Amino acid sequence: MKALRKLFDNIKPLVEEGGKFHAFRSFVDGFETFAFVPNQTSRQGCVNIHDAIDSKRIMSFVVISLLPALFFGMYNVGYQNYAAAGTLADSTFWDLFIFGFLAVLPKILVSYIVGLGIEFVVAQWKNEEIQEGFLVSGILIPMIIPVNTPLWALALAVAFSVIIAKEIFGGTGMNIFNPALITRAFLFFSYPSVMTGDDNVWVAQESIFGFGNNLPDTFSAATPLGEASVGNAIPCETICNAITGLIPGSIGETSVIAIALGALLLLFTGVASWKTMLSVFVGGGLMGWLLEGVGGNQLEWWHHFVLGGFAFGAVFMATDPVTSARTECGKYFYGFLIGVVAVMVRVLNPGYPEGMMLAILLMNLFAPLIDYFVVQRNITMRAKRAIKK
Amino acid sequence: MSKLFSEANKAAFSNPLNLDNPVTVQVLGICSALAVTSQLEPAIVMGLSVTVITAFSNVIISLLRKTIPNRIRIIVQLVVVAALVTIVSQMLKAFAYDVSVQLSVYVGLIITNCILMGRLEAFAMQNAPWPSFLDGIGNGLGYAIILVIVGFVRELFGFGTLFGINIIPQSWYVSNGGWYMDNGMMVMPAMSLIIVGCVIWAHRSINKEAK
Repeated sequence: MKALRKLFDNIKPLVEEGGKFHAFRSFVDGFETFAFVPNQTSRQGCVNIHDAIDSKRIMSFVVISLLPALFFGMYNVGYQNYAAAGTLADSTFWDLFIFGFLAVLPKILVSYIVGLGIEFVVAQWKNEEIQEGFLVSGILIPMIIPVNTPLWALALAVAFSVIIAKEIFGGTGMNIFNPALITRAFLFFSYPSVMTGDDNVWVAQESIFGFGNNLPDTFSAATPLGEASVGNAIPCETICNAITGLIPGSIGETSVIAIALGALLLLFTGVASWKTMLSVFVGGGLMGWLLEGVGGNQLEWWHHFVLGGFAFGAVFMATDPVTSARTECGKYFYGFLIGVVAVMVRVLNPGYPEGMMLAILLMNLFAPLIDYFVVQRNITMRAKRAIKK
Repeated sequence: MSKLFSEANKAAFSNPLNLDNPVTVQVLGICSALAVTSQLEPAIVMGLSVTVITAFSNVIISLLRKTIPNRIRIIVQLVVVAALVTIVSQMLKAFAYDVSVQLSVYVGLIITNCILMGRLEAFAMQNAPWPSFLDGIGNGLGYAIILVIVGFVRELFGFGTLFGINIIPQSWYVSNGGWYMDNGMMVMPAMSLIIVGCVIWAHRSINKEAK
């Protein structure tokens, strides 16, 4: 740690105003405040409320809570490849994990390099500090896309979402929509052939450095949700697999158990709101139960929780403090409506087997309206109370 | 001659091309800019049609401006525009049938284009025919420029073509063993809204000092 501190102290004069490498100021500053809590004190004479945990530390908690799902996702990528090739019995745990790791790593790198690159350029250009919001988005993005997404398309989508969904609105904390979901939405609508359907999308096809297997072109694997949307029944063992996470799907969202571990950490540290999380499940369950009663749907109400991105979206996406409703009472409505809309899209729209992304983006849009109503109600109530006296 | 191209007349023509652009500054005519710009050819035809109609309806209204009773002026303006739109629509059907099929209802809907009514109300009702004509041409071309920019981007990235001719090499495509795919979102109207937004962004940052 001391050596690192010394390194930063040595570099710092070079990037100050007038220094040799001034163009890299935001870059160095970003990494310094990531490694060390900044030691600047506020100016004298003004009142400030200060918390020891700044937003970089909050983001770190979210990243840590994402790790179980990420590591399990890597393992599952390997598992799906070996299972499809029929060589599961001859392989060890590390074969599967290393193959998955090698398949997922380029996506994480592309996501961070492109996203942070744009953030650094913008910070330098506007002469601001680097904003830390992309720390979480950068790890979320690779987890919500299929493993076969082309890297150039991913880079394009990340650039689009960082510029159009985030920097235009003023950067971290000002965005209306969740940047990770905008990335996915861009890929989903721009390149539907690599994002949905059941031909070659969900299972890694080619071996990497001798790990994994080359699969034939004709191979196809449907996700359980894809099956359900065309009216096929879901076998019981698929549901069990969906809970442990051994099903084809986007990289990080298959395992409910791994996501639950992350959720526990988020709730324990108080980073995510339990109100939003709970009400997403209540809304989804209620809507699933209603639609199950109406019929025309092969899923039982609780199946929605374990299939697709429902759990992942509820835990990591809906609770995003920037884009969700900010009033405590509003969080119940916000989460509830996400659950309702997600299940509605899944069941009632045969074109889209998965509705979580669209539901969260839609409610991102309505979150300020919900807040407005909550605040207005409070104002009316207090006004009435004042008049009564 | 010098009177024909006085400073005021020049400004009537050139302002709408840049500093007072009907789409990027006044934000008028957005609806058709979204609807017809998925390819370059209909975008150009639409831009030219609007230019012709704006110019001539401006001239006609300007000639009539002293005789039109103030209370029914909107109806008179609408009749003039509707007549011109019908003429243009018939011309397109006769000489450019394919494009007129592609444009479908949007030629007819030029009548509801806010740029037209805006220019008639704001300019032609107060000015002589010649400046009104220049103003109409300027506004129509200002609208056309934006349509062409948006159409260019959308056709190039959405279909890989320009004027229907392949620009992006066929060997790049996934179906031919390459890596490239056309961007499906460019074909959707939603994306043209984002492109228009980007054009406005660029336009404003270029003209920051001029304001």
